[in-house]
Amino acid sequence: MASTCLTLLLPTVSLSVAGSQLVDQLPIGVLALQGDFREHLAVLELLGETAIAVKTPQQLEHIAGLIIPGGESSVIDKLSRLYGLYDPLREAIAGGLPVYGTCAGLIMLADTVLDSIDGQRSFGGLDVVVRRNAFGSQTDSFETDIRVPELGDVPVHAIFIRAPVVESVGAKARAIATLDDGRIVAVEQGNVLGTSFHPEITGDTRFHEYFISRVRASG
Amino acid sequence: MSENTSSNESGTSRVKRGLAEMLKGGVIMDVVNAEQAKIAEDAGAVAVMALERVPADIRSQGGVARMSDPDLIDGIIDAVSIPVMAKARIGHFVEAQVLQALKVDYIDESEVLSPADYVNHIDKWNFDVPFVCGATNLGEALRRITEGAAMIRSKGEAGTGDVSEATKHIRTIKGQINELRSKSADELYVAAKELQAPYELVREIAESGKLPVVLFTAGGVATPADAALMMQLGADGVFVGSGIFKSGNPAQRAAAIVKATTFFDDPSVIAAASRGLGEAMVGINVSDLAAPHRLSERGW
Repeated sequence: MASTCLTLLLPTVSLSVAGSQLVDQLPIGVLALQGDFREHLAVLELLGETAIAVKTPQQLEHIAGLIIPGGESSVIDKLSRLYGLYDPLREAIAGGLPVYGTCAGLIMLADTVLDSIDGQRSFGGLDVVVRRNAFGSQTDSFETDIRVPELGDVPVHAIFIRAPVVESVGAKARAIATLDDGRIVAVEQGNVLGTSFHPEITGDTRFHEYFISRVRASG
Repeated sequence: MSENTSSNESGTSRVKRGLAEMLKGGVIMDVVNAEQAKIAEDAGAVAVMALERVPADIRSQGGVARMSDPDLIDGIIDAVSIPVMAKARIGHFVEAQVLQALKVDYIDESEVLSPADYVNHIDKWNFDVPFVCGATNLGEALRRITEGAAMIRSKGEAGTGDVSEATKHIRTIKGQINELRSKSADELYVAAKELQAPYELVREIAESGKLPVVLFTAGGVATPADAALMMQLGADGVFVGSGIFKSGNPAQRAAAIVKATTFFDDPSVIAAASRGLGEAMVGINVSDLAAPHRLSERGW
């Protein structure tokens, strides 16, 4: 009943105010082609955000920001092209849509990807070179604590699963976290954020909060 | 660099279970050589499963089915960049040690191969590489998780192209989880006894309403609609064995099953993916199989 009233009232009541309110209230999307998108949706909801699973190009027009989850980058790339998401998403990122990618999501946001499969493409958005699966096989996957000054003094517990690393950072992007050996595992460029690891499966919500603050600031 | 950073830990439960989380919504395809692995990767598989013979051939040729030749596994690892899984016989912990040494990304302790031990499964906590195990019901799934499995797949009846057992097993597991949810705290002790599973794990599932690991489904999936059926029944993803490389046009069928798995809730996409695929694998009705030939009854 309440929602019916709202939809009826909106057009007649404050149109001018409603415009900006609606932008503020746009949900944050999670690209839901493959991978651990449900974990990201759960974190966003835990933080009080409205979150939607994005599978179609039309949905891109109704979100304030987008998370690209962990998964298999070669599959996410292929499915995005099959369903007409590739070009609209690439354009949306270039046009300033705030985006956060974890693991495979970081690969999808890198301007240059090494060790990709034949014909694999990325959306771009981060002026970095990323190497896919840089640590080796699954037995080389690991968890560790890393320092991320942007998120305060408490280290972030990071889980690396057949993870990529950022091999080099171009002039437009900047590194925000490294491993002890200096390898870069988190980067940002404007409103585009990427991590080699998976905050969505650790219960530490600081990266998501950091991203949400960017989304809401850009709205 | 800093006193706050700890050393790296590998082979933890989170790392093992985490890889399965990243495979969700995807299709894992059985392959017997590097050429098939490449076709699977190009078609959009999230991982490939290396085995000596696909289940349909194991069924028709008979004999003892074992772990793949290490050279074939090396060839598959070299050919693709997606995760490579490989099958070991139930209870054959040395095959598992070999597969870990070969650096496969996941081991499937599988009823599709001939069991090496009719009493014990592998103690999977002893390995850094994660394991996936088959289950026909919740109790079996929980016993495998107790032994260290980091991912479960419902068994189905491999090598038949008959999806009915896969349907039965995923429905059974989901149904038993729902039953646990409805039980009061004092009923969970008996539930644990009946499921032949540890009470702590039973209580955890009664509270969370889901397994603590990813649940894929397998066994008899042959068409895009079969894969979508499994997803609509609540699977996190799908294993396809003989269904791809025993069909008329493997590359096209593989890509179609990937599409149907992603868009499992969109019948128009499944319809489009189902067109022009040529011949599906020849099917065997599970009801026509004599009990000793039912692979899903291996493992306990």
